[in-house]
Amino acid sequence: MFELLGVSPQVLFGQLLLGLINGSFYAVLSLGLAIIFGLLNIINFAHGAQYMMGAFVAWMLLQYAGVGYWWSLLIAPLVVGATGIVIERLFLSRLQNVDHLYGLLLTFGLALIIQGVFRNEYGVSGLPYGIPRELAGGNNLGFMFLPNYRAWVVVAALAVCIVTWLVIERTRLGAYLRAATENATLVGAFGINVPMLVTLTYGFGVALAGFAGVLAAPIYAVNPNMGADLIIVVFAVVVIGGMGSILGSIVTGFALGIVEGLTKVFYPEASSTVIFVIMILVLLVKPAGLFGRAA
Amino acid sequence: MGIKTWLLATTFIVGAFSAAQAQIPVKLGVLNDRSGVYADLSGEGSVIAARLAAEDFKAAEKGINVDIISADHQNKPDVGSNIARQWYDRDGVDVILDVPTSSVALAVSQITREKNKVLIASGPGATELTGKQCSPNTIHWTYDTYSLGKGTGSAVVAQGGDTWYFLTADYAFGHALERDTAEVVKNAGGKVLGQVKHPFPGGDFSSFLLQAQASNAKVIGLANAGGDTINAIKQASEFGIVAGGQTLAGLLVFLSEVHALGLEAAQGLVLTEAFYWDQNDGTREWSERFAAQHGGKKPTMVHAGVYSGTLHYLKGVEATKSKDPEKVLQWMRDNPSEDPLFGKGEVRVDGRHVHDMYLFKVKAPGDSKGPWDYYEQLAVIPAADAFRPLDGEACNLVK
Repeated sequence: MFELLGVSPQVLFGQLLLGLINGSFYAVLSLGLAIIFGLLNIINFAHGAQYMMGAFVAWMLLQYAGVGYWWSLLIAPLVVGATGIVIERLFLSRLQNVDHLYGLLLTFGLALIIQGVFRNEYGVSGLPYGIPRELAGGNNLGFMFLPNYRAWVVVAALAVCIVTWLVIERTRLGAYLRAATENATLVGAFGINVPMLVTLTYGFGVALAGFAGVLAAPIYAVNPNMGADLIIVVFAVVVIGGMGSILGSIVTGFALGIVEGLTKVFYPEASSTVIFVIMILVLLVKPAGLFGRAA
Repeated sequence: MGIKTWLLATTFIVGAFSAAQAQIPVKLGVLNDRSGVYADLSGEGSVIAARLAAEDFKAAEKGINVDIISADHQNKPDVGSNIARQWYDRDGVDVILDVPTSSVALAVSQITREKNKVLIASGPGATELTGKQCSPNTIHWTYDTYSLGKGTGSAVVAQGGDTWYFLTADYAFGHALERDTAEVVKNAGGKVLGQVKHPFPGGDFSSFLLQAQASNAKVIGLANAGGDTINAIKQASEFGIVAGGQTLAGLLVFLSEVHALGLEAAQGLVLTEAFYWDQNDGTREWSERFAAQHGGKKPTMVHAGVYSGTLHYLKGVEATKSKDPEKVLQWMRDNPSEDPLFGKGEVRVDGRHVHDMYLFKVKAPGDSKGPWDYYEQLAVIPAADAFRPLDGEACNLVK
């Protein structure tokens, strides 16, 4: 059957696995976007820039403070999340009662500024960030050589996605969050500090972006444009999964990574557009997205 | 004395006065990538290079008033075309410089011809600029895909790398680089086993690298540039491609990329360039002045090409005492170019500037004496061999 497609099973399995790896990034990033959109109704265009900041913070920690990868994996998301909290308090909290468009424009502007500042300081060629020693090398799986680090990326991304999902669906905090998403005024009336919840949620969504950035640092060149290239695809993932749907964003993230991987085998020229074609099809058939509820 | 005589006398005096002060105002527009994957190899550095050329030429003392402006074409042909039209039509730009990204350069070359201005292209690579789409108004200064393929391609085949698989950026430049290199490989007795075209700019190369790995070719030719090459080389080492016995051939690698990759990842790469800062006293002295204005970064060959091309143009303006594109371009073709960075060269009728090219090898970390000490020179490719011979079939300007 594989020969019929003109592709050997080795190549096909390899690409499926690679798709899953790329899907990990899509999943973590779109999860953050979905959480933010769910509660804040903000389309966070700065997400790509915050992902890039995660990678840069990891690089700076190593360069200036000698802090290695593992600690960066914890510290960088906290740092990036903290900047998110500042942004929410300073700007986004003032946009609560206006149209989506204002939040989108504001975060888009912030993204351009952040990217511009980093570009000015570090150039566009990128900075080297090595793979941690514990994860160097790889295994030959028979159909492909799987670098240990890439395997780790899938595991780490899946773990973060599952934990986040459990927190939101299974804990009291998650219940508050879901309730506030439905009706913030009513939840506030029960004595829950909704503005605080909103701030922390934004901070958490942004921290997820920072986390993905640290995961990406050893694979891609750490450069100011790394988020801009990715974020458009991630937006498409969120639209396909359904705006604000937590599970939708995770499943769609991994699934589209795989679809993109397959496209790279059968028709590589289309690999940068296939996700958008799917997005158009989904919008035509199911405008609320695959996992979204119609408004 | 009647009013008529008065007026005549005044006109005469004013005329004589302004003739003594004759200034030729020349406006140079540096059009390149200032924010994307090619911003480090061209970008602001090219503006600095053009300014250094005007200063070194002492243009002001020679009655040439040089004004330099710049813009970001974002690697998009439509954006680049719009800026070029606006510059020529509204802003009085005489010469456009640099223009990396071949697809943008080809578009700007057509507009330059239409408006009868001058394009001195340092950044782009596609041989089409002096081939099928050649123009009397375009000079292709620094390098082209033929010279890269010729230099790196023959060197790698000579070392035993006789089966190739190409990873190609999916636009004019990548296509041209793959085609020209494949020809060199075949002529040298090698074989091309396959190719895959990746989107430009690409981020994740793992899929493509895996396909290249599965081809079992001895050499994986990277027919891309800038950030794409960096990511591809970085990820190739992750997937154990070099450790598995395959060789990477970076067909267009700039100094800024070697700097970004670090010597650990880049060591051993064989590459072809038109210029390296540490070649002789002239290049070192100029590069030091350049770096002082560019945050300590040494120039790439694209920066050097902008300097060298601007200098030759200004000499043409001085010699012809005009900025009439036809006169200046004719002068530039009739007279050899010479400067400390490129040495001697000449501009052919098809617009190709020919000069020596160099084959370098990236040093191992232990052999490098410090920052920016990256290349070891393997060979000089003489001007006569480095570029495609004049070809009447390719370019209709060749008689």
